[in-house]
Formats: sequence, structure tokens, C-alpha cells
Amino acid sequence: MVKKLLKGNEAFAEAAIRAGCEGFFGYPITPSTEFLEHMAKRMPELGRGFVQAESEVAAINMVYGAACTGKRAMTASSSPGISLMMEGISYIAGTEVPAVIVNVMRGGPGLGNIAPSQGDYNQMVKGGGHGDYFPIVLAPASVQEAIDYITLAFDLADKYRSLVFVIVDGNLGQMMEPAELPPMRDLDFITPEWAVDGETEGRERRFLSSIYIDPKDEEVTNIRLLRRKLEIEKNEILYHTEEIDDAEIVIVAFGTAGRVASTAVRQARQEGIKVGLFRPITLSPFPYKEIEKLADQAKSMLVAEMNTGMMLDDVSLSVKGKIPIEFYGRMGGITPFPDEILDEIRRINNSPPTDTDFNAREAWLDRLELIIEGEN
Amino acid sequence: MTETSIIISGFGGQGTLFAGQLLAYAAMDYGKEVTWIPSYGPEMRGGTARCIVIISDEKIGSPVARNPFAVIAMNVPSVNMYEPLVAPGGYMIINESLVDQKIERTDIQPIYIPGNDIAKELGNIRITNMVMIGALLELVQVLPVDELKKALDSHIPERHRGTLPINFEAIERGAKFVQEVLAEKV
Repeated sequence: MVKKLLKGNEAFAEAAIRAGCEGFFGYPITPSTEFLEHMAKRMPELGRGFVQAESEVAAINMVYGAACTGKRAMTASSSPGISLMMEGISYIAGTEVPAVIVNVMRGGPGLGNIAPSQGDYNQMVKGGGHGDYFPIVLAPASVQEAIDYITLAFDLADKYRSLVFVIVDGNLGQMMEPAELPPMRDLDFITPEWAVDGETEGRERRFLSSIYIDPKDEEVTNIRLLRRKLEIEKNEILYHTEEIDDAEIVIVAFGTAGRVASTAVRQARQEGIKVGLFRPITLSPFPYKEIEKLADQAKSMLVAEMNTGMMLDDVSLSVKGKIPIEFYGRMGGITPFPDEILDEIRRINNSPPTDTDFNAREAWLDRLELIIEGEN
Repeated sequence: MTETSIIISGFGGQGTLFAGQLLAYAAMDYGKEVTWIPSYGPEMRGGTARCIVIISDEKIGSPVARNPFAVIAMNVPSVNMYEPLVAPGGYMIINESLVDQKIERTDIQPIYIPGNDIAKELGNIRITNMVMIGALLELVQVLPVDELKKALDSHIPERHRGTLPINFEAIERGAKFVQEVLAEKV
């Protein structure tokens, strides 16, 4: 058996190394610190670049610089650290250089806490930095998936000269699970034709920047970025389903919330409830069409998240009012237990919602307050 | 569902996280699905340290469980925290050396085991955690007790290899204690 019991953050870092990451620049923050620690140990061993920067702002600009050379570069941080990086992230997007950023999300806003959360959905999926740009966002739900999708993240970043975020919550960063790492990739990448690699003879000067002083030039860039986004939407959508074929209730949940929902779905199936799970893996590009198709088949949906219902908005856009959507979320760094989702499934099964135009968030908040009261 | 959730809870330094990891290694090596999650709050030495291990025959969804099937409570706060939460029909393995109280619930089975005393008798108080998980697996037969020894043998860092015999003994003593308690009840 080649599977080993691997700790999330360490496995993610090793996966990045094996995918050919040649430069890591970061600043420690719980619950992602073990990622940086693993890099600190391994990268110098391999003769690759590692810098613990003086701040997140410095770290992301080091990633920017390294990415401009055409080498695979990355950082990993956690929510407040990612916020600090936003200016550099926008510059990376504007310069169209590939970079991979891992966000091990924690409770917020503000300093918040170090407990697991999915509260950065909007920041990650909708951009976060200034200007028109469209990062690819991957949301794995297990240590193995995180290993696989960090590898994919580098390939997608190179393919589309794009920013790729891999977002997990503190649970995945901290947990151990049996998983298998891929073999070490040879560093035989061909230097891209745009890279500033120090070569001075035999070719034209190369220049990388996010400055387009003439609005006409900026608009050309905006169009190019948008065309690329549309191409990514066509090619790269990923998702996972369970028990979906005859499902009358479809749960949509990503990452850890998706795992928790998976347990609830299995329990509900044992009670004879026709419920299935749709777990988006690419949050950007979002699987709008796939969810719309499910809306033609199912009677209702339940979106479950560890935030205030950020993905709920994207699911609503997908469903186009065809069927009612309910919401259940926990916030603040609290991970829902499977029985909370199971209770929601039972409730929806017992009295199926019919109104497609009601405020799912408001109804959920009323229920949640009673649940919290019961817990205390 | 063939899924067993186990919480190991105690003071920092009592080896709860390592005991959980060993259980996870044993489960993996035995061909089971397994997850291990520590509490990673801003705790200091002497604060609480706990982890949850889920062992299953199927792919594991939720890595957390509200009502664990079994709890190893290494100290008083752990007993107080988890007595209300253990699933009905579940188990509590309580470190009697540090816990001078009985649980009130009658729908779960407690085992009071003098973990620290047994470990001291064997010559090292730091192997209390091994006594406790030996007891756990004898009680909750999710894996054979011997799998713990195999896992320890396979995964122990080289520098600690010398401690294998005493760790094995601790696991066996924990298991034997439970055998005797169960035999008395019959």
C-alpha cells in the first residue's frame, strides 16, 4: 500500500514541491503555518527558493517577481494574510503571470479566530483585489483531493497564465488522512515565451508589467482576460456528485461542508429520503449549467456552507428560480455536524418548500438562533 | 453505517494527540478508512489537547462527530465535557488515576482504569496514553489490539525504538484490565 497517513498542510506543501514549485515565499499564520514549515525544510534541501518574508505584502511581491521568470512560484497563507496580499494578487493578475496561492481559511472578518471557515468565498471567487480579473478557484474536500488539485493548480496556472487559488479550511489543513503523493516531477519545463529570464542576446527585449497608461491598451487587456475566463469556463469545470440520479433534494456544498453533507446524505438515504450531493470543486469557474440541469430534475435544493451563504448566491443564479433553494450555514469558525444537515434534509422532506421567491437566509437565521439556543 | 468515532481528550502533555495518531496508523494499516483531527485552539502547555479519530469501512464524509461512540477521558475536564455527548450505547474510558468521580449516565458504559498508576508500575508515566488505547480497543472492537503494536513498530521514530517493549506492555496491560473488568461483570 502506497498510501500514507499525511497531515493536510504538510501534504499540500509536498504536493506543490512535486508539481515543480521552484519558489515559495510566505509568512506564517495559523492554521496554514505547517505549509511554510514544510517548505522551509524541503526547498533548500532541493536547491529551490524559499523565503520567509518580512510580511505578507513582501511575500506576494516575491511570488510576483519569481512568477515573471516563468518558474513555478507560490505562497500559502490564511484569511487575514491573504487579505494583506490582495494588492500584489491584482498586480499578478494584471501582468498575466501564473501563480498558485493556497488559502487555509479561518474565522473572520478581521482578526477573527483560527478555527475553520469558508468565509473567504466571495473574496476568493469574485477576485478580492481591484480591477477586472478572474482567478481559478479550486476547493478540495480531502487531503488526497488537495494533493491532486494543487498539482492541477500549477498546470492550470501555466496553461492560462492565470492566478489559481486552492482554498481549504482549517480542518483540512490540520487533519491527517491516508493519501498518496505523486512522484517528483522533473523540472524540465520549457521557459515560456513571455518570461523575463535574464537572457539578453538573440531575441527581442521582454517586458512584464500591469501598467497600461492608455485606456485603450488596458481595455485590450481586459478583453483578453475576459476571453480567457470564458475559455476556462468551457474547459475546466470540476465537480463531484453522490446519489444524484434520483435525488429530489439536492445539497450543494463545497470543501469540508461538502464532506459533512456527504455523511448526512448517506444517513438520510438509509431513512429512504431521495437526497443527493453536488459538490463543486471549481468554485471559479462555477458549475452554473450543471446545477441548472439538476434544478430541472430535483424538487428543491439545500445549500450548506461554513459562511453566511456566499455560494448560495451563485447557486441561485444557476437555478434561475426554477425550484426553491434553502440554506443552512454555520459561521465564525464552527464546523456543522452531520446531524444538523440531516435535520435540514428531514425538514425539507417532511414539508417540501414550494416558494421559489422567499428569503432563504432570513428563514435559516430564524432556525439557527433556535439551534444555537439548544446548544448552549 | 460502519463508522466509529473516537475522541481522546486530556491535558497537553498526556499524549492524547499521539495516541490518536497511533490509532489512525493502525486503522490505515488494517485497511480501514480513517481521519484524525486535533483541536488546534490557542492552547498552552497544560491546556486541553484532544483529537477525534473516525474509523470506517467506507469513505469518510464528516471528519467531526457531535456524539462520539467512544471517549478516552484522561482528566476531569474531559469527563465533564464528554459525558453528555457520548452516543447512547457508547463507551467512556476514564483515567481513574486523575478522575475521582463516577459518571451519572446509565446508557453508556464506563470503564474506570488507573492509567497513570499502571504506567508508573511499568516504569514510565508517559505511557499512560498507551494503556488507555489498549483498553479502548479491547472494549470497542473496531480493530484487533495487536494492530496497535504493529503500527507502533512500523511508525515509531528510530530514536524511540528502544521504548517499544514498554509501550507494548502498556497496550497489553490496558487491554488486560478491560478483559478482567468485563469478566467480573459476567
